[in-house]
Amino acid sequence: MTSTSPSRVRSAISNPWGKSRMLPLVTLLYVLWSIIPVGIAVLFSFNSGRSRSTWQGFSTRWYVGDPAAAESVLYDPSLRFALNQSLKLAILTMLVATPIGVALALGLARWRGRGVKASNLLMLIPLVTPEIVMGVALFLVFAEVYDFVPFGTWTQFLGHVTFSISFVVIIVRGRLFAIGRDYEEAAMDLGASQFEAMRRVLLPLLAPALLASLAIVFAISIDDFVISQFLIGGAESVTIPVQLYSGARLAPPPSLNALATILMVVTIGAIVVAGLLFRALNKRSGGEGSAIESVAGLEM
Amino acid sequence: MPTNLASGAEYATVGQRRWVWPGFALPGVLWLILLFLVPFYAVFAIAMGQLDPILQRATPEWNPFYWDLTVIGEAFAELFGGQLGVIALRTLAYVFIASLFCVLVGYPVAYFVSRKAGRWRWLWLLLILAPFWINYLMRMMSWVNLLSPDGQVNRWLTTIAGWFSVAFTPPDWLAGNHVVVILGLVYGYIPFFILPLFAALDRIDEATLEASRDLGASNAQTFWRVTWPLSRNGVLGGLVIIMLPMFGDYYTPNLLSGSPRTRMYGNTIDQYINQTTSGGAVGAALTIILMIFIAGLMVYYLRSINRASQEARE
Repeated sequence: MTSTSPSRVRSAISNPWGKSRMLPLVTLLYVLWSIIPVGIAVLFSFNSGRSRSTWQGFSTRWYVGDPAAAESVLYDPSLRFALNQSLKLAILTMLVATPIGVALALGLARWRGRGVKASNLLMLIPLVTPEIVMGVALFLVFAEVYDFVPFGTWTQFLGHVTFSISFVVIIVRGRLFAIGRDYEEAAMDLGASQFEAMRRVLLPLLAPALLASLAIVFAISIDDFVISQFLIGGAESVTIPVQLYSGARLAPPPSLNALATILMVVTIGAIVVAGLLFRALNKRSGGEGSAIESVAGLEM
Repeated sequence: MPTNLASGAEYATVGQRRWVWPGFALPGVLWLILLFLVPFYAVFAIAMGQLDPILQRATPEWNPFYWDLTVIGEAFAELFGGQLGVIALRTLAYVFIASLFCVLVGYPVAYFVSRKAGRWRWLWLLLILAPFWINYLMRMMSWVNLLSPDGQVNRWLTTIAGWFSVAFTPPDWLAGNHVVVILGLVYGYIPFFILPLFAALDRIDEATLEASRDLGASNAQTFWRVTWPLSRNGVLGGLVIIMLPMFGDYYTPNLLSGSPRTRMYGNTIDQYINQTTSGGAVGAALTIILMIFIAGLMVYYLRSINRASQEARE
């Protein structure tokens, strides 16, 4: 496809706006358009002045500066609490949703009987339900039915786990089908019990999918805005996205950009670490497919 | 039970432990019943429940035989002939225009990265994936920065006007501009359109396209008669993925405008649920109307996910 035969060169010269030129140009413009605004926002988180549009020199004051002024992410209580809340929720959600999701994936893949079809449907519907619908439903149920659960970290945590479980199931199930049952059956023929076969054969084979699930759940939880906002309790349960939403229009100082940048770095960091470990584990357990494609597939 | 059992011994084990696999599924199924199914039903129970005469708040009515259709009836009346109808039409217009832009820009991008990017494909792929790892609100906030009255956009425009000595009053982009909100929607959702389309285009076998050319089709014919039909499901899938959240979006118009002129359907739900204390029943009724409207999209998406996971199984 990339060969340059004479006729191809000739047609490119006679028709510079032909498809071969337009496509890379459109893609380049798209990529610039999608990256540059965010790049500028990141840049201004390092501005030494208070402006978010006039560059006044490089500084990290909006990240770690001056305890007395309390205007950096580190020392402004509202920004620091948002960072804590986001991390706390993402870690809790990751630790609870992953085991529940893995068990559900195993159950749904192997349970043959009444109820499996309905359970499968119940698992799939959250994936296609718009967040605003889930947000309203959870808000109303916590307000009117489960009113013993206080709004705040608890409701947010329960909500985040609810939308995360299905993602874990989809990730793990793909891997389960790829592994098949042969290895476990071989282990059981060699005298292992069902649980031994699972612990010593299936779990190691599932490790890459487990890791991918942990990373994806962490990322979608820390990224979530709608559910966190509908289930918020008060100032102490503001997460980073909620803080960005409520602060963006109030002409805030660059510390808001700094907070957003930290969120971006944490998310990308989690995905990169998971991607590297995924590759290492996948190589060891003989899986195929590159990490980037798996991660790309997961967003679906 | 599966028929391809390896040995009689295993059959016995599995036979004795019938409860094992449902047992594994149990915590997840229970969780989803309590925190997805019950809340989902609660939306209906509250929208059609009774209004507490003293506290003026909604009390859920779980028995469909006693459902009271007053609130939802009023909401429908507002939809057909009231202010809510105007908002719903505006939402439809925004979503359709934004989706059209997503297709017009997203298709060439996905096509290029999947089929023509050559050696640097991985880098292009990384660049179109990048927005996935940047928070939606951060991406919107970046535009709020750029478009604010003293932001970069007005600075550049003032500078350019200065070159041509044209009088120029910097406009306030963030005060109810339809174009700004639509572009914000395109900016926000287009990555979610490009990725599934990329996957669909990537699956097309190069040999199919070569066969088409060998049989004498021109590049344009190959595209319209082979590539496009083969990628149509990717386009539809991408459209469903972006339209579902767009119909319920309230944060994009709020951040990029905040004016009643650009109010979307989701803003009305947000207003009743998050900004009032007694709007529960109305908010629930509005949510039911939204679900009726997007049910078709949800079913389409559900079937395509289900099909994909069935294929993975085989």
